[in-house]
Amino acid sequence: MFDRRLVNNFDWILLATLVVIGVLSICNLYSATNTIRSMGGSQVYVKQICWYSIGFLILLLATTFDYHILDRFAYPVFFISLILLAACLKMGKVAYGSQRWLSFGYFSIQPSELVKVSLVVVLAKHFSELEKHRLRDLLRPLVLIAIPFIIIVHQPDLGTALILLIVSFSIVVFVTINRKAILIFLSTAVLSVPFFWIILQDYQKKRIIAFLRPDLDPLGAGYHVTQSKITIGSGLLWGKGFLQGTQTRLNFLPQQHTDFSFSVFAEEWGFVGSAILLLLYLFLILWCLNIARNSQDKFGTLIVIGIAASIFWHLTINVSMVTGLLPVVGIPLVLFSYGGSSVVSTLAAMGLVMNVSMRRFMFQE
Amino acid sequence: MVRRSDFDPVESWIYQRRLTGLTFLALIAFGILFARLWSLQIINGPNYRIQSEHNRIDLRDVLPSRGLIFDRNGHLLVDNRPSFILGAIPDDIRDADGLLEGLSRLIEIDGITARKKIERGLKWDPFNPVYIKKDLTRDELARVETNLFSMPGAIIEVKPRRHCMYDTLAAHLIGYLGEIDRHQLKREEYKQNKLGDFVGKVGIEKKWHRYLNGIRGGQQVEVDASGRILRVLYQKPAEPGLDVHLSIDGDLQMLAERSLNSREGAIVAMDPRSGEILAMASSPAFNPNDFAKGMDKKGWEELVSNPRFPLQDRVISGQYPPGSLFKIVVALAGLEEGVIDPHEELFCGGRHSFQRRTYRCWKQGGHGYVDFHRAIVESCDVYFYKLGQKLGIDTIAKYAKALGLGCRTGLELGDEKPGLIPSRAWKLRRWHVPWQEGETLSVAVGQSFALVTPIQMVRFISALFNGGALLRPQVTKWIGRGDEEGVFQWKPDVLDRWSVKRENIELVKAALIGVVNEAHGTGWRARLDGIRAAGKTGTAQVVSLPEEEEPGEEREIPYEFRDHAWFVAVAPAEDPVIALAILIEHSGQGGSVAAPIARDILGTYLSRLRP
Repeated sequence: MFDRRLVNNFDWILLATLVVIGVLSICNLYSATNTIRSMGGSQVYVKQICWYSIGFLILLLATTFDYHILDRFAYPVFFISLILLAACLKMGKVAYGSQRWLSFGYFSIQPSELVKVSLVVVLAKHFSELEKHRLRDLLRPLVLIAIPFIIIVHQPDLGTALILLIVSFSIVVFVTINRKAILIFLSTAVLSVPFFWIILQDYQKKRIIAFLRPDLDPLGAGYHVTQSKITIGSGLLWGKGFLQGTQTRLNFLPQQHTDFSFSVFAEEWGFVGSAILLLLYLFLILWCLNIARNSQDKFGTLIVIGIAASIFWHLTINVSMVTGLLPVVGIPLVLFSYGGSSVVSTLAAMGLVMNVSMRRFMFQE
Repeated sequence: MVRRSDFDPVESWIYQRRLTGLTFLALIAFGILFARLWSLQIINGPNYRIQSEHNRIDLRDVLPSRGLIFDRNGHLLVDNRPSFILGAIPDDIRDADGLLEGLSRLIEIDGITARKKIERGLKWDPFNPVYIKKDLTRDELARVETNLFSMPGAIIEVKPRRHCMYDTLAAHLIGYLGEIDRHQLKREEYKQNKLGDFVGKVGIEKKWHRYLNGIRGGQQVEVDASGRILRVLYQKPAEPGLDVHLSIDGDLQMLAERSLNSREGAIVAMDPRSGEILAMASSPAFNPNDFAKGMDKKGWEELVSNPRFPLQDRVISGQYPPGSLFKIVVALAGLEEGVIDPHEELFCGGRHSFQRRTYRCWKQGGHGYVDFHRAIVESCDVYFYKLGQKLGIDTIAKYAKALGLGCRTGLELGDEKPGLIPSRAWKLRRWHVPWQEGETLSVAVGQSFALVTPIQMVRFISALFNGGALLRPQVTKWIGRGDEEGVFQWKPDVLDRWSVKRENIELVKAALIGVVNEAHGTGWRARLDGIRAAGKTGTAQVVSLPEEEEPGEEREIPYEFRDHAWFVAVAPAEDPVIALAILIEHSGQGGSVAAPIARDILGTYLSRLRP
C-alpha cells in the first residue's frame, strides 16, 4: 500500500535548509581548526562531514516508516538510551572533567544526545494519550524528566542537563490546558533555582560569578567572554573573510570548534553572514511550527514542537552566551558546532519532523 | 492505520492559538539576538576591530618562585639565581642572517640551530621568543646588552635558575630539576605545571615538588602585533613555593662527603631517637647545578655511562653483602632461640671443616677458645659458622627480616632497593636448586647471597640501641613559608618494634661496646676520648677467594675484586644521639678503613653538641 502522496509531500524545503546549515558548519569548522598553532587538528571538519552523511542517511530512514509506530517503540528506545546514559557513569570516557562519552574504539557516542530526542517522543506519547487534564497526570512526565536529568547532572554536564530541562518543560507548558497547573509548574521551577546553585560545580559557579563580575576572574571565564565579544564585534558588517579571522587563527578564542563556533563565523562573515545564519535557524524553527500546525494528530504535533523547542533553546542560549548576554554554560550551537552525537541525533529528530510533515494528509481520505 | 487521538475542537483551538504565540516568541527572541549582534558588530564593531587588530589581549603566565631548601640548622642549601637568556622574537626579526652574524661577532652562538629555531618559530609561533643562548655570563651579557638596540628582534630574558650553594653537597638527596615530561603532565602533583616547565626529577626536588613549586599566577595583557606587552589589564600574582627544611646537618654532611674523598661508597648518619637523617652522603656525586644550566646530551650520556655510577644514591640503592655486621643478627637469633649459652666457649682453630669443605676464619692462627662476647668483639668467623649451623638458614632469615633487614625502610625517597635475605624457599624459586647446607655458613658471616643497604644498617643499629624501635628514616623536618613553622611537620614514626628479650639486647650491646673499646676489638680505631662509642666492623667479600690460596696483599687483587669495608656505630653507647653506617667500596677491611672515618664523624658531631 505505497502511497504516492508520500513522495509528493516530501519536504524538500526542510531538507534544503538543513543541507545549507550543514555546508556552512563544515566550512566554518575548516576555518576554526585551521589555526597557526594547530597541528593535526584539521581532521575535525572531515569527521563532521562523516557525521553529517550518517545523519542524513538516518534522516531519510526515519521518513520511511509511519511515525505512529513510534507509539510502540517510544518507551523501549527511551529506556535503552537511559541504560547507555547510566553506563557512561560506570565506564564512560572522562574528558573536560566529566564522563559524557561511551567509547567504541574508533568513535565514541554521547548518550545524553540520544536521551534528548527519545525523551521528547516519550513525552509526546504520554500527553497525546491523555483524555482529561488532571494535575496528577503531570507526575509521570516529571519522573521521566528527572531520571535522565539526575544522571546527566552526575556526569557532570550541566549544559546538557539544563537544555533537557528547558526543552521538556516547554512541552509540558505547551500541552497543559489548566492555567493553574502551569502556574504551579513554573513557580516550582523558579523555586528550584537555589537548588541548582548547590549542584553547580565550582567552575560553573565561577563562570556565573565571572558573568556578573568579569573583573574578578580575568584569566578564566571572563577571558573567554571578552575574547568572544572581540571576535564577533571585530567582524563588522561584512566580516574579515573566510580563513581571515585573526582572533581565530591566533588562538585567542577558546573552544572555537565547539561552543564558540558561532563567534568564528561572525568574525569571518560579519553582521551580514551571522544574520543570514540566524535567519536560517529562524526559518527552520518557524517551518517546524508550521508543520506542527498542519499535523492532524496530537502525537505528531507534540513531537515536532518538542524538537523545534530543542533547536530554539540551543540556538538562543548558545548565541546569547557567546555574545555575552548569558553566562558561559557550555551549550553547543546545534547542527553548527562540532559534535558527532549531536549532529546525528538532531538530524534523526529532523527525520521525524519530516515524517510528520509528509503524513499530514494521512487522515484525509 | 487506526485513527486515534484526534484533537477535540477546543483543544485544537487552544493549540493553534499557542502555536501562533510560539511563533511570536521565537520572533522576539531572534529580534533580541539580532539587536545584540547589531550592537556588537555595527555600533561597537570598530572598537572591537581595533582591539583585535592592533591590540590583542593575551594571557601571560607569571611563574612562582620555587621554594628554598635549608638544612636542620637553617643554613641555606638551595636557592634561585637569576639567569640571562638571549632570545629572539621571530616576527620582529627583519634579517635573520644579519642578526645571527651580528650576534656571533659578539659572543659564541650555535648559528645553525638558532637559524632552524627561528624558522620553526616563524611558522608556528611567531610572537613568542625562541632561545638562542641560555645562561649568559656577565661578560657576554654586557656585550649583547649594549648592542641590543641595533639588532631588532633580539631580546634578553631573565629567568630564575636553581642553584645549589655547595655544588655537589647532598646532591643525591636534593636531586635536580628537568623539563617536565609527558607522564608527569598527567599526574596530579604536577597540575600546576605546563609543557616546558622545569620540575623536580629526583630526590627532594621531586618528592616535595608540589610544595616547592608554588602556584602559577597570570596576567591578562594587551599585546601589540609582535607580542610586546603594552599594558597589563588584570593580574593574579603568583604564590611562591614553600620552603623545605631538611633534617640534614650541613656541616656533618660536608664532613661525611669529605671523608669519602671521592672513593665509591656511602655514609649515612641518623638520630636513633627520632629517625631523622643527619647526613647521607653517596660518592662519587654529581653537580645539580650542571642540570640547572641545561644538561646537554653529551653531558648526560657521560653521567649515565660513567662506570662509577655517580647518579646512583648508594645510601638507599647500593646493595652490599653485610659481612660481619650480619653476625649481630645471628647472635640475637642464637640467644633468642636458646641454641647457645653466652658463657659457653667454642674453639676456633682458624678454620672450620664442613661437608669436605674448609671455611676459614679471618684470623689465620685462630682465636682459640672464645665465648659469645669475645666472638663478637674479635669477630670470630668460626664461632658464627657453628652458630649458623645450629640455627639453620630459615631461622636466620626469619630473624633478619623481623629485625628490619632485606626490605625497604619506608624512607619513600628515590629508588630505594630492598636488599635480599636468602632462604630455602627463595633459592628454589630464584635458582631452581635446593639450598646447600654449606651456604648457611657463608650467610652466617654475612657473605654469599645476603644483601643490605647502608640505610637499612643505620636503622638496624639505631633499633638495637633505642630499645628495638624500627623508625622510619626521615629527611624532612618541616615544610613552610619563611619562619612560620608547621605547614607540614614530621614526628618520629615507629614502623615496627623488635620482639627481642631485653637481656639479650643488652648482651649484644655490651659486645658492640667491646668491639670499639676492648683490647683486640676489631673496631678499636673508632675509639673516642672521653666518650664510649659502640660499633661493629664488617668486610664484605666481592668474590670468594679460591680455597687453597691464602689471602694475599691488597695490591695484588684487581680493584673490582677487592672487599668492601663496613662500619656501623653509635655514640655515646649509653644513650646514643647519633647512629652511623659507613661503606667504602673495594677498600679492604672495615676495621682499618671505615672505623677511623666513624671516629672522625662521631667525634666532631659530639664535640659540637657538647662544647
